[in-house]
Amino acid sequence: MTLYDLANPTRFLKLVKVLLPWLIVATVAALAVGLYFAFFVAPEDYQQGQTVRIMFVHVPAAQLALMCYAMMALSSIGSLVWKHPLADVSAKASAPIGAAFTFLALFSGAIWGKPMWGTFWVWDARLTSFLVLFIMYLGIIALWKAIEDPIKAAKVNAIITLVGVINVVIIKFSVEWWNTLHQPPSIIRSGGPAIHSSILIPLGLMALAFVLLFVTLHLMSMRNEIMRRRIRAMRMRAASVAPAASSNTVTKAAPAGAR
Amino acid sequence: MNWMKCLFVREYQLANRVGGGALIGVLFFLAVVTIFPFGVGPDMILLSRIGAAILWIGALLATLLGLDRLFQADREDGSLELLVMSGRSLELVVLIKCAAHWAATGLPLVLATPVLSLFVGLDFQSIVLVTLTLLVGAPALTLVGAVGAGVTVSMRRGGVLLSILVIPLAIPILIFGVSAATAGAIDSNNFLVPFLFLCALTLFGLVVGPLAAAAALRVSGD
Repeated sequence: MTLYDLANPTRFLKLVKVLLPWLIVATVAALAVGLYFAFFVAPEDYQQGQTVRIMFVHVPAAQLALMCYAMMALSSIGSLVWKHPLADVSAKASAPIGAAFTFLALFSGAIWGKPMWGTFWVWDARLTSFLVLFIMYLGIIALWKAIEDPIKAAKVNAIITLVGVINVVIIKFSVEWWNTLHQPPSIIRSGGPAIHSSILIPLGLMALAFVLLFVTLHLMSMRNEIMRRRIRAMRMRAASVAPAASSNTVTKAAPAGAR
Repeated sequence: MNWMKCLFVREYQLANRVGGGALIGVLFFLAVVTIFPFGVGPDMILLSRIGAAILWIGALLATLLGLDRLFQADREDGSLELLVMSGRSLELVVLIKCAAHWAATGLPLVLATPVLSLFVGLDFQSIVLVTLTLLVGAPALTLVGAVGAGVTVSMRRGGVLLSILVIPLAIPILIFGVSAATAGAIDSNNFLVPFLFLCALTLFGLVVGPLAAAAALRVSGD
């Protein structure tokens, strides 16, 4: 099954129906194991104490916040270049999930920052760029809502998303540009990770759990969007079949078929 | 070549004559700069320290204010459709429109900057630097704003959404603009590096802005 076969929404929905239960089970299991390791197995930090456990939510959420934008950007390329119908749906579905993960990263960072730095918020480069990312997500969601025609909305959003990719790159490299209060990246860097494996393993598990969570939510959200579009198409068809008819006829005409 | 000149003159004259003309942006700029001392207090030392930032934010807001007129008026009277269908490169059309829009609304802001600098107590060197950075950086604001204007062109009240979409994209311009402008006041800050970054962002906007805005206009056209 290639990406082109999935252009048929019915086939895609069938695949989702098969995959989703497994994904949900895997997500719940990974979250359970990850949280167990994060809360009970991982050691306390000698400086930060119990608050270090916030990291196990904070870091994966932050990674996912960026990953969602990457997903949105790839989908945007898909909808602009190949006009893949599912790419539109995927881009639209990613935006609220990305906004939620960005919010989670900001929120967990704030409650972590209070005991560690003594303040909920500092205008540090990475915090600031995540706030900007959050605003970008909300702007994109607002743009999706503002344009009624889904195809036009998809194209316009794809353009603004791709222009925003430049900003996400700046976010990623902002750490090196304005290296301030926030600690520099310590997991992926040349010379191996700087974190001890007793913390790195739970962190990896949580990252895996969050990725699974994202895939699950994304597929569910895409499914919902396809359903929503079908309902919209049915309503429009019903309206065009019986323009002056009563609501009774409309309900009869509605289940006329799929997209 | 002739059609480009005609288009530029048309856009320039329209921007100057419609809706209060170029002065309305300068007036808004003046209002924003005036309101800052009421917020932070009449302390001239504090004002001179944040003066460059005030001027940059004022210019950014004034630019945003005028952006929704960039394509919307043309869409309403149908001339945008004609421009799209004219067979000319739409990217070039957008670029010319941006240039005319900037000449009519952005350039007056830059010219007003030295005068407004006096209100926030900048010294001579800072005035020169702020004006110079705005001269180089304000086109980038218009070009990035053109993307937002193109994307929201089909919306009846897209102005607020346009600002929300454009402000994140304008943040790097603001950062490098202000840090170059304040390089004179703070010695440890190097002037050349942020200034070159600002130039790079403007050149970058020169490419990305027309491309993305033209793509958005094509979408909303059909």
